[in-house]
Amino acid sequence: MGNTVLEKIFARHSSDDAAPEPGDVIWLDVDLRTARDFGGASVVKHLKRNYDGDYVADPDKTAFTFDCNAPAKTPEYADNQHICRRFARDTGVPVYDVDQGIGTHVMLEQGRIAPGVTAVGTDSHYNIVGAVGAFGQGMGDMDIAFTFKTGRTWFEVPESMKITLTGMPDGEWSAKDLTLKVLGEIGSTGALGKAVEFEGDVVEQLGLAGRITLSSMMTEMGGIIGFIQPNNEVLRFCRERSGGDVQPVYADDDAAYSEEIEIDVSDLEPLVAAPYSPANVKPVSELNIPVDTVFIGSCTNGRLEDMQAAADVLRGNHIAEGVTAKVVPATREVWERMLQSGALRELHEAGALISNPGCGGCASGQIGMTGRHEVQVSTSNRNFKGKQGPGETYLASPATAARAALAGHLGGAA
Amino acid sequence: MKPTTLTGRVWMLRDGSGELIDDIDTDMIFHNQYLHITDIDEMGQYALDNLTGWEDFAERAEEGDILVAGENFGSGSSRQQAVDCFIALGVQAIIAKSFGAIYKRNAINSGLPVLAGEMPDSLENRDTITIDLASGAVTTNDKKIAMLEPMSQVQLDIYQAGDLFAYGKTLEK
Repeated sequence: MGNTVLEKIFARHSSDDAAPEPGDVIWLDVDLRTARDFGGASVVKHLKRNYDGDYVADPDKTAFTFDCNAPAKTPEYADNQHICRRFARDTGVPVYDVDQGIGTHVMLEQGRIAPGVTAVGTDSHYNIVGAVGAFGQGMGDMDIAFTFKTGRTWFEVPESMKITLTGMPDGEWSAKDLTLKVLGEIGSTGALGKAVEFEGDVVEQLGLAGRITLSSMMTEMGGIIGFIQPNNEVLRFCRERSGGDVQPVYADDDAAYSEEIEIDVSDLEPLVAAPYSPANVKPVSELNIPVDTVFIGSCTNGRLEDMQAAADVLRGNHIAEGVTAKVVPATREVWERMLQSGALRELHEAGALISNPGCGGCASGQIGMTGRHEVQVSTSNRNFKGKQGPGETYLASPATAARAALAGHLGGAA
Repeated sequence: MKPTTLTGRVWMLRDGSGELIDDIDTDMIFHNQYLHITDIDEMGQYALDNLTGWEDFAERAEEGDILVAGENFGSGSSRQQAVDCFIALGVQAIIAKSFGAIYKRNAINSGLPVLAGEMPDSLENRDTITIDLASGAVTTNDKKIAMLEPMSQVQLDIYQAGDLFAYGKTLEK
């Protein structure tokens, strides 16, 4: 019997000799362990409380990435960030500071995460790195402190599940619509505790940005990770960025999956997730809702391609009166490329507010809070009640969000 | 050795229609506005304060309580505070139909018993139950009322050691 992507990556990263099978508990060697400004101070606290020095097994495999509250808007966050900086100075751990952007994205751009590696951090969307065929996992501050110190942690090998997307949509669609389609089909627990492998022609032709979108929302499907087999574009990107060989992992033809499902996406159309669940998916064409605010960014839709998709809609137009549009590029690199491509100017001239790179609203409400009865269209990944303030958040693609900003409503007559 | 049977009074985390609530996510348990808090003693007061109908949970909770919830409890963020806020209040175990994967890890690493399975609808808030962590059996007045998935070996080992750090040190000897 062959092995799944996850089983092969785990076999490569486990000192236990047997081939790991679902249900086994293994000690997983972790190639990269990171902590953010959220969680980071607790990681430092755990290390100091539990160990006498030698807090970091290997500084070169460790990093702090500040992206939740960047730059710090409260004294508490400033304090937490500086606890991490001072610890980093003492231990030689690199800091990707508040000017750099979303940690997982920065780690991909820096070539520190490439196909086949294992990476963990205090970010529940760390599984985003499944987009390049790497294993990533969000973990709490105890796990991350333990990996800082030891370079490994325990992991119960999950079952693997295959999701094949069939058909090729011929209408207008984006990677976010595809992602919401899958989420709407399988629901918030459809992949609970499982490692997913995505297949299908429509997946194969997604670029890196689109792959990131699809992999990122595995968390909202309950999954451990969603792997996408790297194509040439992804391999080229990762080789360039890591400056060396990459060793992609592919599933065996006879790998064992606990479940295999097919979802036909040939009639895909622009979709949203309505409040208050990412799985509450509806076609935009069925809605007509006045919109107050638009948010474009996040680890799900914060790449240059996402910004470009919004700029393509907004170019030469102006957002509706009374609507505000907030744009948060994922990283400093994305920001710079927007500067070069002209997207920054186009979005600005269309009336959008453009911030420094980072997470934006998700983790601590830096940008993208809503007030009571405020309706927000967001390209982010969660719309739980109260998460981004007491308003109502609809999750959508960058193009759908930009259209909502132009029209002042979501769906309805154009 | 820490006890492998726990006795406590339950909170059935039900909504207005009497159903156990599914998908209670980490922003409902410990909202992102409190993420900067790193002192566990400050966390308890905010537990469940963004879950409709349970906003005053921190005032009602008592030492030794056991929570019972629906599917996918603790989905969402990786924040450890969503576990620690319950530990701060003295909650001794959480039972849910299923757990978010990261949440389950975080609870295990903190030494807080979490068990997956179905509980009888007849249970009411403040009923007393006893859980056998190793077998998963739940009893009231010595009568078996449910069988949960037993805790795994690593989960029991970490629970016995106290937390992940203490467990890790036992492996070095």
